[in-house]
Amino acid sequence: MIDLAAGQTGKRHVENVQAAYMEMTRRKRLYGAAMLAVFVALMVSGFRLADDRSAGSFANGISNIFDFPGEVLREAGEKITLLPALMVKFFPSLLETINIAAASTLLGAMAAIVLSLLATRGLARWPRLIAVVRRLLDLLRAIPEIVIALVLIFILGGGPVPAMIAIALHTVGALGKLFSEVNENASLKPLDGLQSVGASWTQRMWLGVIPQVAPNYLSYALLRFEINIRASAILGFVGSGGIGYDLKNAFSWGQGRYDEVAAIFLLLFGTIVLFDQLSSHYRNKLTGKA
Amino acid sequence: MTMTDAPIVRKHDAALAMFARKRLFAGAVPVVVLAYFVYVFFAFDVPGLAERARMDNAAILVADSYSYKTHVTRDNRTGGITAAVEGSAKGRYPEGMSPEWVAMSGEDSARVDLPGDHEVLIDGDTMRYDVPGYGLVTATANRRGIELTLPTDETPDWISASNARVNITTDAGRVTVTKARTEVMRYAFGWELFWFTLDSPFYGKSFGELTELALWGDRVEPGQSNLAAIVGDVWNNQMWRHKDVLWALFETLLMAFLGTMGAAMVALPVAFLAARNFTPLIVVRQAFRRMFDLLRGVDALIWTIVLSRAFGPGPLTGSLAILLTDTGSFGKMFSEALENVDPREIEGVQSTGAKPLQRYRFGVIPQITPILLSQVLYYLESNTRSATIIGAITGGGIGLLLTQAIITQQDWEKVSYYIVLIVLLVVFMDWVSGTIRRRLIRAGDDG
Repeated sequence: MIDLAAGQTGKRHVENVQAAYMEMTRRKRLYGAAMLAVFVALMVSGFRLADDRSAGSFANGISNIFDFPGEVLREAGEKITLLPALMVKFFPSLLETINIAAASTLLGAMAAIVLSLLATRGLARWPRLIAVVRRLLDLLRAIPEIVIALVLIFILGGGPVPAMIAIALHTVGALGKLFSEVNENASLKPLDGLQSVGASWTQRMWLGVIPQVAPNYLSYALLRFEINIRASAILGFVGSGGIGYDLKNAFSWGQGRYDEVAAIFLLLFGTIVLFDQLSSHYRNKLTGKA
Repeated sequence: MTMTDAPIVRKHDAALAMFARKRLFAGAVPVVVLAYFVYVFFAFDVPGLAERARMDNAAILVADSYSYKTHVTRDNRTGGITAAVEGSAKGRYPEGMSPEWVAMSGEDSARVDLPGDHEVLIDGDTMRYDVPGYGLVTATANRRGIELTLPTDETPDWISASNARVNITTDAGRVTVTKARTEVMRYAFGWELFWFTLDSPFYGKSFGELTELALWGDRVEPGQSNLAAIVGDVWNNQMWRHKDVLWALFETLLMAFLGTMGAAMVALPVAFLAARNFTPLIVVRQAFRRMFDLLRGVDALIWTIVLSRAFGPGPLTGSLAILLTDTGSFGKMFSEALENVDPREIEGVQSTGAKPLQRYRFGVIPQITPILLSQVLYYLESNTRSATIIGAITGGGIGLLLTQAIITQQDWEKVSYYIVLIVLLVVFMDWVSGTIRRRLIRAGDDG
C-alpha cells in the first residue's frame, strides 16, 4: 500500500516536471520566434527605408552592378601592357600608405603601452587616475579617424601627416583597451621581486611586466597594423596622401583613366592580402608559442 | 676539468650566448624603430609642415566651434541695415527686431556697441569706429573706393586697408567695409539659435518659461498645443536642421545595422562549407575560403567605389559595401568557430534520431551562438564608425553632412555638433554591444 502510494506521488511528480519543462520549452520557443519576427521586421523595414533614401534603387542598381567593373576591366584589358608601368608609377603612393599605417601603428602602440599600464589595476602609477585614463581611451576609440583627419587637413593641409595623427590617435584607444586586458593577466610576482630590490615604477614595468606581455602586445599590434593599412587607404580617398588619393583622382576622372583605377585596385588588393597573410602567420606563431 | 663538467659548461656557454643575443635584440629594436621614425620624418616632409600649417585656421576653428558671431550689415549700394546671426539669411532678425546692443536710429544709421566700450557708428556710407586707447577710425565707401581716416600716420597691424576693402580686427569684434557693404561682427559664446530660430515665437524664452507654456500656458499658435509647437519648431529649425541631422545619423546607424546583420546572415550558412569538419571535400573548402579572403581583401573602400556607381549616393551603397566586406570577415571567423565545436554534442543529438538539419539546429548552433553573437555585436559597433567614413566617400548619412560642413570652412560650430553626435552614437553602440556581450558571457558561464 505504502509502496503504491509512493509510486503514485512519484509518477505525479515526474508528470509535473515534464509539464513544467514543456511549458518552459514552449515559452522559450515563443520568445525565440518573437525575437526572430522582430529581427526580420527590422531588417525588411530597414532595407526598404535605405532603398527609399538612396538615389538609385536596389532593383535598378543590382542590374547594372557589373557595369562599372566591366568598364574598368575592358579598359584595363585594352591597355594591359601599360599595367605594370602604372603599378610602378603608383608604387611610391602605395609605400606612403603603408608608411602611414606603420608609423601610426608604432606611435599608437607606444602610447597605448604607457596608457594601458596606467589604466590597469595593480600596475597603475597613480591608481586614482585609472578611471580618467580609461575614459580617455574610450574617447580616443570612439572618435572616427575621418573626423580628426578632416579637421587636421584643414589646419595642416593635405599630405600624410593628418592621416598618420588621426590613425595613431584611434590606435591608442583601440590598443590601449586590449593591452590593459592583457596586463590584467600578468603575474605580479616579478613586480614584487623587483620592488624588493628598489626598482622604480618604470623599471618594474619595463623589466617585470613587458617581458610577460610582449608576445600578446605584438600580436594585437600586428592585427592593428593590418586594419590601419585599410584605414590609411580610405583616408587618402578623402584628401590625405597615399594611394587612396591617386585612386580618387583616377576614379573621378572617369573613362580614359580606368586602367589606372585597375592598377590601383590590384596594388591595394595585393597589399591588403599580403599583410593579412603575414600578420595572421606571425600572430599564430606568437600565440602558439605563448 | 672532468668529463662530468662538460655538459654544464656547454649549458653555461649556451646561456651566455642567449643572454648576449637577447641583449643585442633588446638594444636593436629601439634603434630600428628610431631609424624608421627618422626616415618617416623626412618622407612625410614634417619639417615643411611647419610652413604649410595654417595656425590662423586652427584659431578660427577653435573660436568658431564654441562661439558665434552676429553680423550687422549695411548695404552700401541700396541702403538699409540688417542684423543676422552668422550673416546667414536663415538667422536674420525680422523687421523691428534687433540685438539689444544695436541701436537703430532711422532707416540708414545705427550704433553698435561692442564689448569693452568699443563703439561703431554706421551712418549711411560712413562708418566710425571709436577704438578705446587708439582713437576714431573713419571709413567712407563711395563709388571710387574706400576712404580711410586714421588718428595716426601709420596703419596698425590690426587694420588691413586697400582701396577696395578695409578690415579692422580687434578683441571686441570685426569690421569690414567694402564698396558693397559695411559689416560689423560681434562674437558671443555658445551655439545661437540652436533650439529656436528668430522667427519662432519661443525664441529667447528660458527653460522655465517654456515648461510653463507647455504645461498650462495659452496657445501661442492656434490649432496646436504648445508642446507640439515647441517640438515642431526645434525639429524644423532651419539654422541647425535637427531633422536632417538626426535622419543622417539614423542613416549611418542603418548602414551599420543592415550591413552587419546581412553579412552575418549570408556568412553563417556559407561558413559550414568552409569548415573542415563539415565539408570534407578540400576543393570546396578551399574555394569558399579563397572567396572569403577575396571579399575581405578587396576592402570596404573598393567595394564602396564599385557599388556607388550602381546604387548612387545614399545608405544602400554603404550597407552593401559593409555587407560584402564583412561577409568575408564573418565567413572566416564563423568557419573557425565551427571547426572548434565539440563533435560529441552532435553525436548526442544524432543518437536521438535527428535529421541533418535538426542536427545542425540543436547540435551545432547552440554551441557557437555566444561566439557568433559577440563577434557580430563587436562588428556592429565598429561598423558604426566605418559607416561614417563610407558616408563621407559615397555621400550619405552623417559622414556626408560632416564633409559638407568642413568644406564650407566656416560652419565649425556645426562640425563640432556633428562630432559630438557621432561620438555619442559610437559610445552608445559600444555600451549596447558591451552590455549584451557581457550578458552572453555570463549566461555561457552559468550553462
